[in-house]
Amino acid sequence: MSNNYYFESWGRFPRRIHLGEIVPQSINTVADSINSVNALVLPRGMGRSYGDSCLNDGGYLLFTRLLNKFVNFNPDMGILRCESGVTLDEILKVFVPQGWFLPVTPGTKFVTIGGAIANDVHGKNHHKAGTFGSHVICFELERSDGTRMICSKDRNADWYEATIGGLGLTGVILWADIRLKPINGPYIEMESIKFENLDEFFQISQESEAHCEYTVSWLDCLHNDGVRGIFMRGNHINKLEKEEMKAVHKNPTWKAFPFDAPSFLLSTVTIKLFNILFYNKQIIRKQRRIVHYDPFFYPLDNVNNWNRMYGKRGFLQWQCVVPVKNNKDAIRTILKEISKSKLGSFLVVLKEFGSIPAHGMLSFPMPGITLALDFPNVGEKLFSLLNKLDDIVCSAGGRIYPAKDARMSGKTFRSSFPKFEEFIKYVDPKLSSSFYRRVGGRNDIAN
Amino acid sequence: MTLPTRIAVFGATSAIAFEAVKLFAKKGASLYLCARDEGELKRLSDDLVVRGAKKVEYSAFDALDENSILNAIESCLSKLPDLDGLLIAHGTLPAQKLCETNIEEMKKTIDINFTSAAIILTHISSHFEKQGHGVIAVISSPAGDRGRQSNYVYGSAKGALTVFLSGLRQRMQKSGVRVLTIKPGFVDTPMTADFKKGILFVGPEVIARGIYKAMEKENDEVFLPWFWRWIMLVIRMIPQSVYKKLTL
Repeated sequence: MSNNYYFESWGRFPRRIHLGEIVPQSINTVADSINSVNALVLPRGMGRSYGDSCLNDGGYLLFTRLLNKFVNFNPDMGILRCESGVTLDEILKVFVPQGWFLPVTPGTKFVTIGGAIANDVHGKNHHKAGTFGSHVICFELERSDGTRMICSKDRNADWYEATIGGLGLTGVILWADIRLKPINGPYIEMESIKFENLDEFFQISQESEAHCEYTVSWLDCLHNDGVRGIFMRGNHINKLEKEEMKAVHKNPTWKAFPFDAPSFLLSTVTIKLFNILFYNKQIIRKQRRIVHYDPFFYPLDNVNNWNRMYGKRGFLQWQCVVPVKNNKDAIRTILKEISKSKLGSFLVVLKEFGSIPAHGMLSFPMPGITLALDFPNVGEKLFSLLNKLDDIVCSAGGRIYPAKDARMSGKTFRSSFPKFEEFIKYVDPKLSSSFYRRVGGRNDIAN
Repeated sequence: MTLPTRIAVFGATSAIAFEAVKLFAKKGASLYLCARDEGELKRLSDDLVVRGAKKVEYSAFDALDENSILNAIESCLSKLPDLDGLLIAHGTLPAQKLCETNIEEMKKTIDINFTSAAIILTHISSHFEKQGHGVIAVISSPAGDRGRQSNYVYGSAKGALTVFLSGLRQRMQKSGVRVLTIKPGFVDTPMTADFKKGILFVGPEVIARGIYKAMEKENDEVFLPWFWRWIMLVIRMIPQSVYKKLTL
């Protein structure tokens, strides 16, 4: 292998040198693959994590792309068994025409089942459905010593809790049983409502919780006099009809971001302009539409490599959650700091999490409000802003999302994920990641 | 012309074949899978049932053992007597250097890539001929269009296969059986895992879609992706006096 084996995460920051990649051909060769190299290994699916939780500098990445087979489907129970490298994209293509949908989906369908479990991802229906892990009935985990375990709430429950949200460190997930959700067709009845301030947001959010399965908001964070945005809510369409109801999403073919964008495209002025246009695109306050699930859940997936929009230096995502009782003030302070810094973001997302508890020791969601932003990587000024925001989140009792993080301090991580010390006991000695080492995880064996 | 709905696939566990049979499974086809590894065949067959295949049967076969090939064909025809499609996708791409010194390796390369395919084709085409219809698709290679020093053993086996198919196509013309030669360029599969990937590489799903379309459109011979037709045209046109000095 060459010495310059660079891998990036989706945010393109950081970029790390690895020793190489290994690709097991089937679920029966996973442990052999791990042991075929004499260095630390990290399982990796589609690499859609933004920071360094999908990187393993100085070690190997184990790609699960060939663990991509369905095993069986029970249409009476809606339970799908599939290998861990199967993507949400593939599940939608096969199961939407049969009237099934993912129980929980993040904002991209280019995620593997293994990745969705390892990050215990959440979606726009968190208030109704909890996290992805809540719909994982069981899975088989293989450790580097060749031990295989079936894990569920009742069987090897401690391993189940360590692996859900466990960032791929407890072993390699070979396959999982997922409970799919019956739908009447691929369309979503959605409503978008403009709001002028945070109080209005909380009011609409409260009112939507009971009767809307999906809720999310887009914010214009650079607006001069405070926060404004668009609240989007929706439900699966409730009628059965015609062949069109089987329409799955198409593959993005020609729409790819072809080059690294020059940095002037991402100045404060362009971001501000984008936000103004986006906000004013909708003229009336409230709009109702029927849309296909693809643009509703995955607006960015239609442009391949949209991450190149941020140029070579990449970008940083930052997502926090702040518990219910402190949320209004803390979120206000955070938004004020961002507005003051003028380091705006195209895509600011705000959502209220519900109270269904997550199963994983390191699961991110908690009852409260979550805010996600991306920032072009402009260097030191951005890093000091993010540190300041981390402090506000921590003192409000919240936490930062590891799947999106590239820079939080180990102290911030450990104080906001109190089960981390317990989790360390479950980490496989041959597995590790740049993120794990950065936040203070320990690997017993050296390279 | 309609696509076949009862298809035998040799080399079913190859990345290209798997992507192609997924497309047929989605349409509810019945499939008979053959490959070396029985465990992998089971894994594949489970997957294809979930994807919508009407019925999936399989048996392991060894391309270097004539009896094993015949057993697979016999079992296939007994399970799917009204077979109307065949896809041959197995092959091996050894290091050329090894074939230059190791006669066994050279013979193995020719037997897997050519002889075994010719045996399968002889049996199944006769079955289709009697039946009066059927679609045969075989993965050959642009490497068979002109020998190159870097892989002429593999290339000559594929070249023989291309010539065999050309003759078979003429013979089958009368009985309404179609014969399709597929020539994929560089594909990112386990077969090319050790290659440095340039811009000419495509994923196996791209080739699979091409195969599916070609089987539907009554093509005789396709290069996949399309640009290989022109690359190979240029390569074939280079005069021998110049060609022998090149380091292709």
